[in-house]
Amino acid sequence: MDKIKVEICCGTACYLLGAASLMSIEDELPAEVRGKVEVEARTCLELCEKENLGGAPYVRFNDTEIMAQATPEKVLERIVELAGGDA
Amino acid sequence: MLNGATFIRRELMIRIVRAFDDGTLEAELDQIPIKLRPKNSAASRCCVYHDRAILKYRLMAMLGVSVEDETDESKSLAAYYAEKAWGGGTNETKPKTPLSVCGPACSGCPDAKVVSTPNCRGCFARPCVYNCPKKAISIVGGQSVVDQSLCIKCGKCITACPYHAIVKTSVPCEEACPVGAIRKNEHGVAEIDFARCIFCGKCFAACPFAAVMERSQLVDVLAAMKRGEKLVAMIAPAAEKQFPGKIEQLLAACAKAGFGDVMEVALGAEKTTEHETAEFVERMEKDPKTFMTTSCCPAWVNLVGKHMPDLIDHVSLTPSPMVYARELVKAKDPDAKTVFIGPCVAKRSEARRKDVDYVLSFEELGAILAGRKIDVIACEPWPVERPANPTARNYARSCGVTDAVLAEATAKIPGFKLNAKQINGIDRKTCTMVTLHASGKIPVNFLEVMACPGGCQNGPCSLA
Repeated sequence: MDKIKVEICCGTACYLLGAASLMSIEDELPAEVRGKVEVEARTCLELCEKENLGGAPYVRFNDTEIMAQATPEKVLERIVELAGGDA
Repeated sequence: MLNGATFIRRELMIRIVRAFDDGTLEAELDQIPIKLRPKNSAASRCCVYHDRAILKYRLMAMLGVSVEDETDESKSLAAYYAEKAWGGGTNETKPKTPLSVCGPACSGCPDAKVVSTPNCRGCFARPCVYNCPKKAISIVGGQSVVDQSLCIKCGKCITACPYHAIVKTSVPCEEACPVGAIRKNEHGVAEIDFARCIFCGKCFAACPFAAVMERSQLVDVLAAMKRGEKLVAMIAPAAEKQFPGKIEQLLAACAKAGFGDVMEVALGAEKTTEHETAEFVERMEKDPKTFMTTSCCPAWVNLVGKHMPDLIDHVSLTPSPMVYARELVKAKDPDAKTVFIGPCVAKRSEARRKDVDYVLSFEELGAILAGRKIDVIACEPWPVERPANPTARNYARSCGVTDAVLAEATAKIPGFKLNAKQINGIDRKTCTMVTLHASGKIPVNFLEVMACPGGCQNGPCSLA
């Protein structure tokens, strides 16, 4: 099975608005999903245009699914869900 | 630390930068509060209309307008923006006081008191009753009750209760202020007494309603850039770890954002170390029993000036790293305008005295970078002539100045000894420590004082 791809936007806007707290997410992965996830810090994903700024910080799963106002808890929960669905 | 208050401040700043660059700021300003709080959306306060009113005041502060000076409530943000004379670093555009309290945002927190909560089990041992030195606690109907007319808020009952049933309510700004400069006025709204205020920024960082606002020079800087003025970004040593990437990458990001030149303030800190060490040695030769205290923390210098006049002669006369950095910039290009960028509120008051044209916080710099889509980690490191000395870069940490002076002196004078102490964060307790050192009760000859615990890196406007 392909690894779950998690891209954390580290553009300056997302960084200022909370992405800094998402940086350590790889270390916080629960044991059952370790090795099944690929976490990448990315430069600006360009999701924060205009009225979408308040949605920062953004995280993207598997190239398509976008999470706004991401927090470590929300991201970890979604990773576990995605891993469970594939198992 | 990110929270709802810092989030909204940063979001507004980024919006200002983007709209300024699009040339739509004047038209957009008055729309922002409505866009952020449309009707039927969730309000942070009583209703969206209250939220919008406060957002307007936040934007005013970001335009550099004093919220306290408002005379015409109906005046639009666009009018403030249009009216503002972009004089470019003249004294008129420099905020006289870097902080102001936004009355409508202040929650008017009730005065601090010690109260019993329903966690009380009305126990048999009653340690609260036995430990209260004022006999202020009694048990009424099986519950502890604190008699407010007797209570001296010592907190002994709070620590004694095994059920955590007794708590102290708080007025966070008053609790944070080390000098009693902020208190509620006759309308029950917090007000800063600027004769006492040392601009440490602790109330600004502490208020959970974000009612204390910094008067920003963000738009002044954007306007000066647009006019084509050469602005030199002087990055404080505290910048390390504020943004992802290295200091040299941050310098490059600033250059990309429109600053004409960039430099580390740590280069100025090298000069401070050199001169402060020489000054210290000279003072000790004159009078081995005296002591000297540091001058680089502007909140500390303000504290001595306003509250500890007996200590004025002990404050080092050596200019701060920012002042030396300004000299370096002006020596290279006398026409350049200087912009200090750091985590500090009090630097705004020092900049005013020492002819530094603008001060930006790391948040404001971050907003410019975010608005202009510049990622620090994506920047090629700036080709600095030479990196600053590690001891100079260390100025932003508690103990940093002491270490730098010690290293400088031991290199020059064999067997040099320093009896140094650090005041790591100014609060009411450490103010007492200062007086103990000053009176000679706790001997010291070099007293380093930093207003922020841990040093400037934890300043009120730091990002990390």
